[in-house]
Amino acid sequence: MTTILTPTDTIEVDATSEGPDLWVTAADLTRATGYELKPEGFCLEEICVPVPAGREAEFVRDGSEGTSINLATFWRYLEAPIAADERRATWSIGEPPTDRSMRLDTLEAPDFTLPDAAGNLHSLSDYRGRKVLLAAWASW
Amino acid sequence: MEELGDDEFTVIAVALDSEPGAPEPWIEAANPTYPVLIDRTHQLADRFGIINVPTAIWIDERGRIVRPAEVAGAYEAFRHVDPELGRVPEEHTNYAKQMRLTYLEAIKDWVANGADSVHALSAEEIRNRQPAVDPAIEEAHVRFRLGQHLQANGRADAAREQFDRASELHPDSWAIWRQAADKLDNGIAAGPAFSERLAALGDRHYYPPPEIAGMPAPPSDG
Repeated sequence: MTTILTPTDTIEVDATSEGPDLWVTAADLTRATGYELKPEGFCLEEICVPVPAGREAEFVRDGSEGTSINLATFWRYLEAPIAADERRATWSIGEPPTDRSMRLDTLEAPDFTLPDAAGNLHSLSDYRGRKVLLAAWASW
Repeated sequence: MEELGDDEFTVIAVALDSEPGAPEPWIEAANPTYPVLIDRTHQLADRFGIINVPTAIWIDERGRIVRPAEVAGAYEAFRHVDPELGRVPEEHTNYAKQMRLTYLEAIKDWVANGADSVHALSAEEIRNRQPAVDPAIEEAHVRFRLGQHLQANGRADAAREQFDRASELHPDSWAIWRQAADKLDNGIAAGPAFSERLAALGDRHYYPPPEIAGMPAPPSDG
């Protein structure tokens, strides 16, 4: 199994890592990034990024077990950050800069879900309808 | 802040704390009435551009940012130790109290007056103050999360490499540096390496003062 650390989550996927490449299923691409492979390209909601012409084989391949997508190549193509440990068993990905710019421009606070000390999950959106002072602190 | 908690307002405190067990004693001691969450991967630092604690973000009833990440009324009085006195002079400890009170009053004003509060920033001002999209900072957070995962899985050396790279990429982040730094027995990253990094700031702030209406000017060091 390969572990993918997203900005908000940790997911386990059945992936093939070859050097700088990370091949995952279309379903796992969506789980890890939100992007879906469609005929028009890689789509996040209404916005689609076409697979660059002539470079299809670097991004998508069909095998006996269905379609695989090179998440690492796609992510670098979006100029989004990606890093792996030296065993290439754990990959960490960040938010693509265009997605972040669009998100910042809305002035909406990004939703999050985090546990309290008892393990109960709280989302920012649970508190919609109230003003919130989000206060970050730390023990260190 | 407790007195402000009601149907219209809440504090959500979030501990940026990777180490299991580290924030819990503080939470027990404070026994707060508002939710206190634990963010082991510092995901909110990445999402909201938090570089140090305490940091506050004001969010309105619709989930829109009213004030982006800023120092939550903390003053770096500890940087003004008078070597002759062997302590922080009173004018600085007093200023720390004043700053904290001014910040609390600003929050109360916003809770009472909402968008009409002088402290609710315009869309343009919020955009100006939001952290810029910076590839180095993005990569720093990616490497920090990787390091945190490796650390949690017993791979301290591999983790250290990622943390060091993260701090190089995002040198302004005290959160990344202090989380990864060696701690004293009390769990606080305040050893010689911290003092050294602090001294390297020179005239730059450890806590950039929140740009908030009515904040008095800091004492001069004379």
